[in-house]
Amino acid sequence: MSKPKLAIYWAASCGGCDVSILDIHEHILDVDKNFELVLWPVAADFKYKDIEIMQDQEIFLTLFNGSIRNSENEHIAKLLRKKSKVLVAFGSCAHLGGIIGLANLYKKEDILDTVYNKSISTHNPDKIIPKTTVQVKEGELTLPKFYNYLRSLDQVVDVDYYIPGCPPNPEQVVSIVKHVIEKKPLPPKGSVLGAGEKSQCEECKRKKNIKKIREIKRIATSIPDPETCLLEQGFLCIGPATRSGCGVACVNAGVPCRGCYGPPPNVMDQGAKMLSAIASVIDSESPDEINKIIEQIIDPVGTFYRFSLPTSLLRRSDI
Amino acid sequence: MSFEPRIIGILCNWCSYTGADLAGTSRMKYPPNVRVVRVMCSGRVDPTFVLKAIAEGADGVLIAGCHPGDCHYINGNIKTLRRYPLLKKMLSQFGIEDERIRLEWVSASEGDRFAGIVKEMTETIKKLGPSRFSRKNEREVAL
Repeated sequence: MSKPKLAIYWAASCGGCDVSILDIHEHILDVDKNFELVLWPVAADFKYKDIEIMQDQEIFLTLFNGSIRNSENEHIAKLLRKKSKVLVAFGSCAHLGGIIGLANLYKKEDILDTVYNKSISTHNPDKIIPKTTVQVKEGELTLPKFYNYLRSLDQVVDVDYYIPGCPPNPEQVVSIVKHVIEKKPLPPKGSVLGAGEKSQCEECKRKKNIKKIREIKRIATSIPDPETCLLEQGFLCIGPATRSGCGVACVNAGVPCRGCYGPPPNVMDQGAKMLSAIASVIDSESPDEINKIIEQIIDPVGTFYRFSLPTSLLRRSDI
Repeated sequence: MSFEPRIIGILCNWCSYTGADLAGTSRMKYPPNVRVVRVMCSGRVDPTFVLKAIAEGADGVLIAGCHPGDCHYINGNIKTLRRYPLLKKMLSQFGIEDERIRLEWVSASEGDRFAGIVKEMTETIKKLGPSRFSRKNEREVAL
């Protein structure tokens, strides 16, 4: 019997998710033994053409990482949806929009201007900005269209499962691969795999007392106490508004949670919940003093929606 | 036709809702632009409610509760007092004008104050025009 086919794709992503698949170490051999790899652009040379000529649903499993920023991302997302039986949004970008989703606060023109003209490491005296088509001596060259805003995978195509994390925890990847190899029954559609049903705080072992914040601290300028809750100490830890399942890895390493697992189940908007949690524990009843403490939170959207802006209630700024 | 703003008023049960009721029973005139949602306490107003209202097309959101010190639940309104400036700061990053979101203290006897606030807020938002988030469908299309 032929092996089930596996595709791994990256859309708008950094490649960290692909590395997290390699981080499963020797288990990668089990993957190779049990699957026929048909697409993995970051690791091997396959052509889109070969996918296009496949039967519908011929690929058993597609792990799709990255979000949808341009027309190529969208085209391949639709193609892989059609050709795959099970499509998994793999990692924060595909699941929630990801850290690059914060670009939804800016206009497309401003993003291109910053990247191609204004950034200090750019040398572009002719002010060349990518275009979708350009005529050269040999003929016409084309590039994918850069969209006005970014979307998560499920805002473009139907998604079967989600694997959260930036990047997903390799141990969780192993357990999911094993699950498929052992042919165990698949969970209900729409499940978030390899993650818990509670918030990070439920699994966090730090000592928790009554929370009262008078000052917002940053990890770059203050050293946190290793035993006590980071939020209590004034560090902006997004744990209360983040789904459990990563083993509280960052907090255990002394770094506040950044929220990459996304909101816990039944939470509509991660940022709003986090805002509520932080603001409620400010230790003051005077509006002036409250304002002074809040001023120290420099970038509320970037902090509370670090990975989930495109899938939040507002999705993007007024662009 | 002139623009009629849609304002969501989230009012606390003990003071502001009763205050709004007083405005009604006293036959005070104020613009019909505010849609009232009653909550038990202004501290119940999760920032999610405000974001949801905006995402669904509200042009403004009014949160009203008991004056500080008068909260039926001792300090529920103080929690709102703390959340409000941070919420406004975050919404400004989304390009939402400051005047669209308002927190006011209205006691059960201040029917005239409630009517005044609604009148003033409706006029301010009329000048601002519709929230761009209310044109959701148009935004969905333009990739």
